[in-house]
Amino acid sequence: MTMMKTVLGTAAALALSAGAALADPALIYDLGGKFDKSFNEAAFNGAERWSEETGGSYRDIELQSEAQREQALRRFAERGFNPIITTGFSMSTPIANIAADYPDTKFVTIDGFVDPEEHPNVLSILFSEHQGSFLVGMLAAMASESDTVGFVGGMDIPLIRKFACGYAQGVKAVNEDATVISNMTGTTPAAWNDPVKGSELAQAQISQGADVIFAAAGGTGLGVLQTVADEGAHGIGVDSNQNYLHPDQMLTSMLKRVDVAVADAMEAGADLETGVQVLGLAEDGVGYAVDEYNESLITEEMAAAVEEAKAQIISGEIEVHDYTSDDSCPVLDF
Amino acid sequence: MDRMPAWADAVLVPLFSIVLAAILSALVILAIGENPVEAFSLMVDGALMRSAGWGYTLYYTTNFIFTGLAVAVAFHAKMFNIGGEGQAAIGGLGVALICLFIPWPHWSLALIGATLGAAAFGAAWAFIPAYLQAKRGSHIVITTIMFNFIAAAVLNYVLVNLLRPAGAMDPATEIFPQATHLPSFQDMFAGGGSLFRGAPANITFFVAVLACVAVWLLIWRTRLGYEIRAFGHSETATRYAGISTVRITVVAMLISGGLAGLMAINTTMGEAERLVMNATEGAGFIGIAVALMGRSHPFGVFLAALLFGFLYQGGAELALWTDIPRELITVIQALVILFTGALDNMVRMPLESVFGTLRRRRSPKPAPTTPSE
Repeated sequence: MTMMKTVLGTAAALALSAGAALADPALIYDLGGKFDKSFNEAAFNGAERWSEETGGSYRDIELQSEAQREQALRRFAERGFNPIITTGFSMSTPIANIAADYPDTKFVTIDGFVDPEEHPNVLSILFSEHQGSFLVGMLAAMASESDTVGFVGGMDIPLIRKFACGYAQGVKAVNEDATVISNMTGTTPAAWNDPVKGSELAQAQISQGADVIFAAAGGTGLGVLQTVADEGAHGIGVDSNQNYLHPDQMLTSMLKRVDVAVADAMEAGADLETGVQVLGLAEDGVGYAVDEYNESLITEEMAAAVEEAKAQIISGEIEVHDYTSDDSCPVLDF
Repeated sequence: MDRMPAWADAVLVPLFSIVLAAILSALVILAIGENPVEAFSLMVDGALMRSAGWGYTLYYTTNFIFTGLAVAVAFHAKMFNIGGEGQAAIGGLGVALICLFIPWPHWSLALIGATLGAAAFGAAWAFIPAYLQAKRGSHIVITTIMFNFIAAAVLNYVLVNLLRPAGAMDPATEIFPQATHLPSFQDMFAGGGSLFRGAPANITFFVAVLACVAVWLLIWRTRLGYEIRAFGHSETATRYAGISTVRITVVAMLISGGLAGLMAINTTMGEAERLVMNATEGAGFIGIAVALMGRSHPFGVFLAALLFGFLYQGGAELALWTDIPRELITVIQALVILFTGALDNMVRMPLESVFGTLRRRRSPKPAPTTPSE
């Protein structure tokens, strides 16, 4: 019993001293894992950049199970980490469950939405993926010679349908008669990390005539882009800038600046302003990538057309339909 | 053939296996430049020294008891049910439908309803492979594993297209009504304090313990259990004794599927309080290791489930406070499975010969053997 008490006492003292010393940020990656070359990795890159620039340190965890979501939030909050940044919409419900227990800790949910009225210590960061997808859809339609383009999604969830729907609208805006072939990799989380299946889907779409394929599928996308490059077609990457993967074969990448969002939140630290942020084209939260690896593929006309559309979306002249607003897409059936 | 006493078989073999797995894990942790002693004490501290740690350990334990029992019952009938994953997923669907669409006045009634629903849905999912095995000889290993994927696809379709609240991102149902929320350990034992705060362990743990007792009664104290065991030992002898092999195959798999389905009460009704896409998270497969290690006996299953609960919760602590990557934590868990499940004989055979030597020494006259001449 005394032994037990000593151990517990030491542990408690350790925890307390750790809590007092730290006001570091913490980062919780979703089940896809830190090195998915896409969404979570963008968050990791943002954190690393912040750490390099400021010399600050942070702690992170890759979740392994659903039950760990609340656990990781609570444990980080109890040890005094602030703010606690999470990636993936699945974290929004756990945050809503626990936020009230830790009123002095700021929570950030990227891609998730938590009611700011009910939980004043939570920042929800949402991206207008449909707008960015619209632009790369336009590029795809302009680059396509067969008037057939493809989309390969990861797991069949509303978020990915939002990407697909925006993309299809962009394609149709350039060429009303173009065909969009859309496939989802699967229905389990494994669909985020199945490059072999991604490769097969890309193969199938190419055999149906697609010559530009947009992969919004996490690690699965790497297989898609590899096959697209092998077959001499053009690929479009997602979330991070993936142009470098296949120089002069990648048409572009749909950027989602998760890295910027993470770095900004870490920079703000405990003084983080909470509420809801929607990052679209106007805020440079989404966009398309042009660099030395794909500038040969983007002609001046294409760039001009896309820039014009971008300005029109920002000004509200073009309204891109958001799949998740009413669970339907005017130009694509799922 | 050297035989060991029963206690050695039940206690020593798993113990040696765990120790071997621990030594190998320590080497792996050393190899990536972390301190194994520190890692181990972190696991123990996080899983067993805090009430919330126990709350998580017992939460995982509850899952593994159900899936372990499911595999164990099928083992007794010499069937390898690796479809626990799918049966639990569909069981979750049963729980969700019952909690969402029936206005329960009190959680206790809802628990009974959800138990029946989860068992019925899980059993129904096991019925098709069972029927195909019994009537058509389609191998149960192949069909049950295929049904895992079908279950995932069914669940995805139902959640994305039917049960998801409009406009929600997450492929999950809405939160179940307040009346169906099960009391957690914090509600039951803390008395308003912070004991078990935030831990997901809930009353389902006691349902799991009851299930252990029920399975023991079923297998060793009922006629059906006798028939299942007889079938497991020899199908032809069973048929000769006038027992319908089709019936036993189907019934054993129904019980197995039902037990796997019960796991969903813990994850869906007890923890998440809504049905999420990924609620089973491999517990169906861990159940195989748990049943192997527990020698298909309910008490053994209970202990093995506790060990795996500890490994899961301890692994979470490692992920939180060290830089050991999660893949390595999976490696450690896999080593335990490897040693206790697959490499069982590696430990057993040396132990058997040790016991054989001991026995020969104690009785100087060797047992009478038939001379060759």
